[in-house]
Amino acid sequence: MRRAVSASPMWLFGLVWALPLLYAVWSAVHPAAYSTVFSLLAPLTWRNFADAWNAAPFARYFLNTVMLVSFTVFFQCVFATLAGFAFARLKFPGRDLLFAALLLQLMISPSILLVWNYQEISWLGLANTIPAMGIPYLGSALGIFLLRQNFRTIPSELDDAARLEGCSLLGRLWKVYVPLSRGTYVAFALTSVAYHWNDFLWPLVVSDSVTTRPLTVGLEIFATPDQGVQWSLVTAATLLSSAPLLIAFLIFQRQFVQSFLRVGIR
Amino acid sequence: MDGETHLGGWLLVLPAALFIFAFTNVPLLATLASSLYAAPIAGHGGGFVGLANFRALFADPSFRTSLVNNLVYAAVTVPASVVLALAMALGVNRAIPGRATLRLFFFLPTMLPMIAVGAIWLFFFTPQYGLLDRVTGLIGRGDINWLGNPATALPAMMMVAVWKQAGFFMIFYLAALQNIPPVLHEAASLEGASRRYFFRRVTLPLLGPTTLFVMVTATINAFCVVDHVVEMTEGGPDNASSLLLYYVYTAGFRDWQLNGAAAATIVLVVILSGLAALLFAVFGRRVHYR
Repeated sequence: MRRAVSASPMWLFGLVWALPLLYAVWSAVHPAAYSTVFSLLAPLTWRNFADAWNAAPFARYFLNTVMLVSFTVFFQCVFATLAGFAFARLKFPGRDLLFAALLLQLMISPSILLVWNYQEISWLGLANTIPAMGIPYLGSALGIFLLRQNFRTIPSELDDAARLEGCSLLGRLWKVYVPLSRGTYVAFALTSVAYHWNDFLWPLVVSDSVTTRPLTVGLEIFATPDQGVQWSLVTAATLLSSAPLLIAFLIFQRQFVQSFLRVGIR
Repeated sequence: MDGETHLGGWLLVLPAALFIFAFTNVPLLATLASSLYAAPIAGHGGGFVGLANFRALFADPSFRTSLVNNLVYAAVTVPASVVLALAMALGVNRAIPGRATLRLFFFLPTMLPMIAVGAIWLFFFTPQYGLLDRVTGLIGRGDINWLGNPATALPAMMMVAVWKQAGFFMIFYLAALQNIPPVLHEAASLEGASRRYFFRRVTLPLLGPTTLFVMVTATINAFCVVDHVVEMTEGGPDNASSLLLYYVYTAGFRDWQLNGAAAATIVLVVILSGLAALLFAVFGRRVHYR
């Protein structure tokens, strides 16, 4: 009992914190007439979700986001593996200087250089394509840094043993280093998926049609019409477009949190 | 090392380095160069103009407003996120009933896209309809147009930003708190140290590295995330909620003032790196690493 009493300020804090989200959930699962009427007798409905899904091409937006995220994270991992290995285990002239130059990206993200990057993407003739939304991020300083740190902890005896068996450089990378870094890959990939699934400003700038627009941009267009906002549809669409990541998080909570910690503390 | 590994090293870093240089380092230098040039108007003028773009920028009231807004926005959201995240972590670090649910409540906003957060708060802020207005209505101060009033638009953006990120920082504090050896608690209670004394002299210093990380991340967010501004207020009313990156975005993509946008980007980069350096200088030295 005393524990419950001492916990009550914290619970009040938590409930206030959750209020905007709970309010959105309330309005999404009730008919529009009950959006702001809190009654235990309010009938539950899934209509808002169905209506929102049909009111805008959300299925296409989902597909675009999935393509964007998988394209981006896949190439990030491949390129970061190669570079991380070179920085961890090979000696070549200019290595440390190059490494420092690449780490600039940890501070200055391509997204704040969007005006210039848009011009580059236009010169390349890639504006309004799905790759254009991922290309500026394919080289990831964070990925390189994390993998380099991890590769350096792998005992070089393992590397030497594979070398004696006639394993090539890339063969050793693939058979020794990559399997021993699974945790780092999971941590980086989850962080990157969460980032690119939620990214908005850069996709807003480069995408200009239903066939390229990711969920975030589609949702923004849907949520801010000039007039006549139907809140129950907007909240349903909001929850719908956040659902995959939220559900993934609820299932793999521990992995997500540990990944964020691992990437954050580095 | 033989020639093969020299070449091998360069070949392995090439793809990643190419993309990072092409979309971070080169654009940064190009933006710097572009900020010192002017586009020719009707075929003449233009060329190198030195700091003229920067003078024009600081003469532009909407830029000055965005700059001041952004500094205020950072000065509020960074400490507010730190304090709330620490309070959350201290709260759910104890064995209290429903701890996992509470932690989830705090953390969930973090997993939502900023655009979804913006939509939720748009609803929350709606005059007469939104929950916030109904609550303030109970104490006789309803019908506030939170996003349409110059006095409340920027604070509204701050609330949204803090709500979105504090739960994320909480997990770092939580991890750090759980890393504090229980021996220290025992030693302190043997010495008869009060809980407040223990918190100030032991807990807080041990949380130093986490606080530094949180402050740097929150500072980067304060200058690099404007999704909610685009969605909720478009910088209005009358630039009251405009931030630097939002100014860059409108200068670049609405007004096509590319050199002005470049100069504003440089101001943004200078402030951001200056603040990060300051944080490391002030807190980095006092931070207690184990």
